[in-house]
Amino acid sequence: MTTEPTIHDAIEVELAHQPRSHREVGQTATPVIECTDVSVWYGAYQAVRKVTLPLGHNEITALIGPSGCGKSTILRSLNRMNDLIPGARVDGTITYWGQDMYAGGVDPIEVRRRIGMVFQKPNPFPKSIYDNVAYGPRVTGMKVDDLDAHVERALTRAALWDEVKDKLKQSAYSLSGGQQQRLCIARTIAVEPDVILMDEPCASLDPIATLRIEELMAELRDLYTIVIVTHNMQQAARIADRTAFFTAAIDPQTGERHGELVEFDRTSTIFENPADSRTEGYVSGRFG
Amino acid sequence: MAVYSPAAAGADARRVVLSTTGRSRERTPASVVFVALLWLSLLVGFATLVALLLDTFVDGFARLDGRLFTEFPSSRAPEAGARPAILGSLWVVGTTAVLAIPLGVAGAIYLEEFSDRRRWLNRVVEINISNLSAVPAIIYGMLALGVLALLGVGQKNIVIGGALALAMLILPVILISTREALRAVPRELRDGSLAIGATPLQTTWRITLPAALPGVATGTILGLSRALGEAAPLLLLGGLVFLSFDPNGLLSQFTTMPIQIFDWTSRPQAEFHELAAAASILLMGIVVLMNGAAIYIRNRYQKRW
Repeated sequence: MTTEPTIHDAIEVELAHQPRSHREVGQTATPVIECTDVSVWYGAYQAVRKVTLPLGHNEITALIGPSGCGKSTILRSLNRMNDLIPGARVDGTITYWGQDMYAGGVDPIEVRRRIGMVFQKPNPFPKSIYDNVAYGPRVTGMKVDDLDAHVERALTRAALWDEVKDKLKQSAYSLSGGQQQRLCIARTIAVEPDVILMDEPCASLDPIATLRIEELMAELRDLYTIVIVTHNMQQAARIADRTAFFTAAIDPQTGERHGELVEFDRTSTIFENPADSRTEGYVSGRFG
Repeated sequence: MAVYSPAAAGADARRVVLSTTGRSRERTPASVVFVALLWLSLLVGFATLVALLLDTFVDGFARLDGRLFTEFPSSRAPEAGARPAILGSLWVVGTTAVLAIPLGVAGAIYLEEFSDRRRWLNRVVEINISNLSAVPAIIYGMLALGVLALLGVGQKNIVIGGALALAMLILPVILISTREALRAVPRELRDGSLAIGATPLQTTWRITLPAALPGVATGTILGLSRALGEAAPLLLLGGLVFLSFDPNGLLSQFTTMPIQIFDWTSRPQAEFHELAAAASILLMGIVVLMNGAAIYIRNRYQKRW
């Protein structure tokens, strides 16, 4: 029996024609952010223990692993968003261009301005599309000669300008989920950060919207350092230069689960020739 | 391709017969009686309200005329009006709004956005705000009386004194409804603002509070309409006075509509009872309008995140 082509076929065709944006990177990265023996605590509970991880300049680093392995926790400690959770504490050192970002005297607001974040669920502000992008420059007191041009540049970089240029004054909620997520990326770009952290940015999007975000990340890689948490291993394989695999281990003494970094390497190595058997089990779909 | 066919699948063998005895367990006598009781309970409340409204309207409608708004109180009923009481209510409730809204909203912002809930002091404050809204209104009258006496104010029946009592009375209402409105704003919006490099204060001022504003407005209007109908704390301050002048400032003596109604109701003459009914209609009308505005704002600006 023959069937009509469905939307799913269309998506598969489109996905199949996508060139992999994956590229080979050198053995070692020039780190922008470097975690050394980082443990994150929520009160007395150690959520992640002893993570050492360099995040390379103008590279995409993917953090993968099963739920509860601490990858989002690590991500949120990279721009001090964890400070906002009462009882959260970071041990070890996280440096940004060699400077301890948790040192006394470092303003977390300054850290977050340089290291932006895009969240799992698109979270545009209940404002117009224009005001969403202009929000960052306005609140951070950025010196911007021409705000209109600045907003256009951010939206163009986020591959959204052509779709919204005629309705900048409309509510951000009039956009589709994928457009909202690109708006959130534009909003982050508008304060000209150095690093963009993405916490499962495609988790609530359909395959075509996901594809557009992935293309966008590949374009942004030349301008920014990107760290992405993802549950989607294919996504990590498609876009990431390097991949860190986390897992949750049970402490034999206390019985508590702690996240830990199992292996960090070039993406091709993680997926094709991992050193650790747990990594191999996860990327080949045997657990997680 | 296999086409699904009940006959081909031997459905006859598995046929289930629904009984058609005419009995339905959805409508047993017990359930009918139960529903009837529910209706009856509703009817008692509703009928009481309708009777009250009708009675008030029949008594007062004839006297709901221009004189009610323009005339001062008088010992002769046909010449009497509620002009100073209407103006007094506006003065007192207006001053109450100015005192209570900033305090209530600011307190709610602190508790919801900035306080560390693990500290025992903040927990004690939180528990006591809920208790405050259950304190009888007259206690707030006594509190205002005490404050004015401490300040050495001789004449207690002044606009600012009454507004002080009413502001304290409705402060918990505004606080609690503002907190609920703030809590309804998704965490993700705050995170989005903070992750850009906005300060917590900018985030509250530019994102969280504007998003919560419809809820704040609704709670505020409901609080003010309660203040408008309140008589007990003002009576304690000496609000039951015969005024032949308009209130004209914060230190002016005043009377309010509920007090005027109370005064007229307690007189023996039937004409005064009509006046009281007419003033009641007016008061109810204002309260209905305010509550209507609150419901309108809530529905009109309700956010779907």
